[in-house]
Amino acid sequence: MTLAVTDFAVVMPEIFLLTMACLVLVIDVYLPETMRNLTYQLSQGTLIGTALFIVAMYPTKPVLAMNNMFVSDQMGALLKLFICGIVFMAFIYSRGYLRDRNLLKGEFFVLGLLATLGMLVMVSAHTFLTIYLGLELLSLSMYALVALNRDSAQSSEAAMKYFVLGALASGMLLYGISIIYGVTGQMDLAAVANAIKADHEHHTALVFGVVFIVVGLGFKFGAVPFHMWVPDVYQGAPTPVTLLISSAPKLAAFAMLMRLLVDGMQHLHADWQGMIIVLSVLSMAIGNLVAIAQSNIKRMLAYSTISHVGFLMLGILTATKTGYAAAMFYTIVYTLMSLGGFGVILLLSRAGFEADKLDDFKGLNARNSWFAFIMLILMLSMAGMPPLLGFWAKWAVLSELINSGFMWIAITAVMFSVIGAYYYLRIIKLMYFDKPEDTNPLTADNDMQVALSVNGLAILFLGLVPQGLLTVCLTSLG
Amino acid sequence: MLVLSDFLILGAVLFCLSIAGIFLNRKNVIILLMCIELMLLAVNMNFIAFSHFNGDIAGQVFVFFILTVAAAESAIGLAILVVLFRNKNTINVDDLDSMKG
Repeated sequence: MTLAVTDFAVVMPEIFLLTMACLVLVIDVYLPETMRNLTYQLSQGTLIGTALFIVAMYPTKPVLAMNNMFVSDQMGALLKLFICGIVFMAFIYSRGYLRDRNLLKGEFFVLGLLATLGMLVMVSAHTFLTIYLGLELLSLSMYALVALNRDSAQSSEAAMKYFVLGALASGMLLYGISIIYGVTGQMDLAAVANAIKADHEHHTALVFGVVFIVVGLGFKFGAVPFHMWVPDVYQGAPTPVTLLISSAPKLAAFAMLMRLLVDGMQHLHADWQGMIIVLSVLSMAIGNLVAIAQSNIKRMLAYSTISHVGFLMLGILTATKTGYAAAMFYTIVYTLMSLGGFGVILLLSRAGFEADKLDDFKGLNARNSWFAFIMLILMLSMAGMPPLLGFWAKWAVLSELINSGFMWIAITAVMFSVIGAYYYLRIIKLMYFDKPEDTNPLTADNDMQVALSVNGLAILFLGLVPQGLLTVCLTSLG
Repeated sequence: MLVLSDFLILGAVLFCLSIAGIFLNRKNVIILLMCIELMLLAVNMNFIAFSHFNGDIAGQVFVFFILTVAAAESAIGLAILVVLFRNKNTINVDDLDSMKG
């Protein structure tokens, strides 16, 4: 039980983020109301600094640190960079909204940074203990963030639902972990994998544990039939928090799934494969069908999230390296699109006006044709139209699925995507062919307008050279 | 003499009780919080039993972490409960239905 200096070098990004989050918390207490921008700037600086540390420590091969508690590999480093980038963008989008509603306080940024720390720990976890601690750090920060607007009955109701179902998910996950720990006698994921490989007599007990772990993961991802919290939380939470919940944590959840099911339990893949198939097909069906009936855009995007989660799980169930790379590519693309989608809602909202109804998008083209165009890109990409990035993500997953011989699942997935295209196209129809009901000009900060434009154009231009990001994902898996 | 399976059955019974409590309870949010605590304690029972019978101390260390996190979790849960009561003047589970669709 000794720790070398090199161990601390490996976890430097996390240490830096933790130190800075504490520092921001203390500094914010002593800041006068007029200097609140400093908290924002410090938080953004922290995220940039963390990203620089991650780049500086970019591993060429997996490195274990802290008595094998922590692993630093290329998949982790890539996901961490995207997490930092997405939280950075989310903070830019959120500032105007929070300022208009008198919510621009240190809490949002400190909790956001701590949630980011939780995600980074989850991504790099190499034992059950670190996975659990990272997950709880993320979840506890998120529960508090959902209730950020203390005077809103809807927010507090959403926070309560999120809390109860999130805690239930953690309980399920822990119960599964306890069974796996009991059978293998190991906490370390590599050792668990070896023990499962060597074990031939406790197969039933192991599968019993895996069921609970998959249920826990399903809750955290928001896959059907464990999706009940997703629409209510997305609708009830303040839009910047919805943006945070819907984007970066999906990357962390993907990493957690990879660590648990692939690193730890790849020898049981015949058992978890069937469960993942059920989760993903149901998610695509319920997500796409119920989204059509929504009139609230945050709720509609929640069901859209559920269907995307179903789609990304398709890549994982192939249990091949290229399949995992396709799922990772899909997750990254989804977070970029979700970031942009909620970004446009934040752009349209102003003091006393939430812009969370579909009707609020009527005639956006007449009011501001540039951001109507950005929203057009985002919606077409989510629907999976070529040549946008969303199409290539779907393409990557489907081709892997067909290569692995799951033809009927691929056909189901395409069918539900076509059904799903309806509600994305409806927004485009509202923006371009309806008359605006609300003629107030858009009053967003310049930095937000630039960031949102970059976000939308990235989806357009990365879609023209899709191989780049996919190759990066594939090489990062080693 | 107690064997491993006795502890596992106790853990499973506690776990099922807590799940049933979460899904059947329609009256009071505080009971939900109690059920969540019970669920974590059921898991702790499993971990300690496995740790003892496998002769591996890591499981007991895990329990300390779960207990700590559970304390933080109930602190946040109760804080949300206070906010909820201030806004809605009720902690009845059936009244938490303002969002539908």
